Amino acid sequence: MTDETRKKKLPGSGLAKGLGVTLKSMTAPSVTQEYPHQRPDLPPRSRGVIGLLEENCTVCMLCARECPDWCIYIDSHKETQAPASEGARPRVRNVLDRFAIDYALCMYCGICIEVCPFDALFWSPEFEYATHDLLGLTHEREELREWMWTVPPPPADTTNAEPAKEVSGGGRPERVRPERATRSAESPSVVPPTAAQAAEGDPASAAETDADGTPP
Amino acid sequence: MTALEVAAKLIGALLVFLTLPLLVGQIEHKAMAHMQSRLGPMYAGGFHGWAQLVADGVKFAQKETIVPARADRRRVFELAPAVALLPYLFVLIVIPVGPQQSVHDLSVGVFFALAIVSVGVLGILMAGWSSANKYSLLGGLRAGAQLMAYELPLVLAAASIAMAAGTLSLNGIAHAWEWWWLPYQGIGAVVFFIAALAELRRPPFDMPVADSELVFGPFTEYAGLRFALFVLAEYAGIVVFSALTAALFLGGWKGPFLEHQLGWLWLLIKTLVLSFVVIWVRVSYPRLREDQLQKFAWAGLVPAALAQVALTGVVRVAT
Repeated sequence: MTDETRKKKLPGSGLAKGLGVTLKSMTAPSVTQEYPHQRPDLPPRSRGVIGLLEENCTVCMLCARECPDWCIYIDSHKETQAPASEGARPRVRNVLDRFAIDYALCMYCGICIEVCPFDALFWSPEFEYATHDLLGLTHEREELREWMWTVPPPPADTTNAEPAKEVSGGGRPERVRPERATRSAESPSVVPPTAAQAAEGDPASAAETDADGTPP
Repeated sequence: MTALEVAAKLIGALLVFLTLPLLVGQIEHKAMAHMQSRLGPMYAGGFHGWAQLVADGVKFAQKETIVPARADRRRVFELAPAVALLPYLFVLIVIPVGPQQSVHDLSVGVFFALAIVSVGVLGILMAGWSSANKYSLLGGLRAGAQLMAYELPLVLAAASIAMAAGTLSLNGIAHAWEWWWLPYQGIGAVVFFIAALAELRRPPFDMPVADSELVFGPFTEYAGLRFALFVLAEYAGIVVFSALTAALFLGGWKGPFLEHQLGWLWLLIKTLVLSFVVIWVRVSYPRLREDQLQKFAWAGLVPAALAQVALTGVVRVAT
């Protein structure tokens, strides 16, 4: 503000302006949301809790290693899978035994979600998981999976935005899946007893490992 | 006037004294909240938290009364809330609520009201001194200094309106009041209202209870009901000074119609509007520093009040 405009103002106009501001905000609707009775309207991508889509998890451990608080606990074991065709070698794949996040330690930085290469972790806007017990804040894979249902769809792109990489493929041509022989699971000589159980127990994760994990 | 009539009037004044401050307090809760884009109390009593202050009172009554070990117990510390509160009750006696209607129409009403109201600060000084706490003492002395500074413009402004009306009776002043006295006594009215704000130690003149430097000033060591009495004294003070301003400068019970029947209503409306202004000013302005506060009184309000007295004197002599 220059000196000239300051001179032109009436004495006390600042005081009157202050009164005007308070009167205006008194007549305007207030911003308070009465939370327990009224759901808060959270912005999209609110950082409420982290949900786990365990079908996508390959137990690569990147999230647990990148976590600044070391609050992600992952246990897994390896299983040998029957070879895809006669004479091929059996494959080894990881099976998730435990995936837990200790929200008493978590600082909601979201690095695990950023770092996950297979889109297995997501932000959910759910926030009502306070407990009276510190141990109750460690949530196992079942609860993390339940929170996946509350993950909202990503908000629509703004107009004139370039299409998402997932849709456009980053400009590369679409990958064509090569033809391959059908899996022959009934060869008892090479299949260890655990592989058959795992194959029928978690088909989604097995398919994921086939497609992305092991080279053909 | 029979004894029964006197008793009824006194009980009426007591009821007003006990309810109006709560109403003003509730208005402050809600108005201040909405001025800050909040909702304020919403649950106590069901409808928009109307019973919040009742709940507060119950809470204060349940609290332990703690007296500091080195406080001046019997004589001063425990009496201070009563000394701070009761003057405002006595002032209600002389405030006219209609033509010829007040608990007692004192011929020196203005003098009585201003003299009694000034006693209130003694309670504050007693509280500050007897608490054995340096913050309380500082706050009490600041309150005393503030009263010294602002009593003068308050009395001068009241003297101006008394000169204009030619009487010291509050009812007589309301009778003599005409609408054109608003510009004629306008400076006096503004000076009186601002000085009243300072006497009440309301923001922006709340240096004695400046919580960022003095905890809660003279009231720091008080708890429970005694603290509640101090808070009640503050809101009773708002009611009394708003009613005094209305009675002196805004025509008191004078209204557009039915002055004999509805005089109390006109006075009540004016009092509540002025109380709202007190709250409004509190929300809008920051606290004055101690030196600014003193300078404002001596270099701003006193000359303005003297100018008003001079104007009134010239007009009285000329007409």
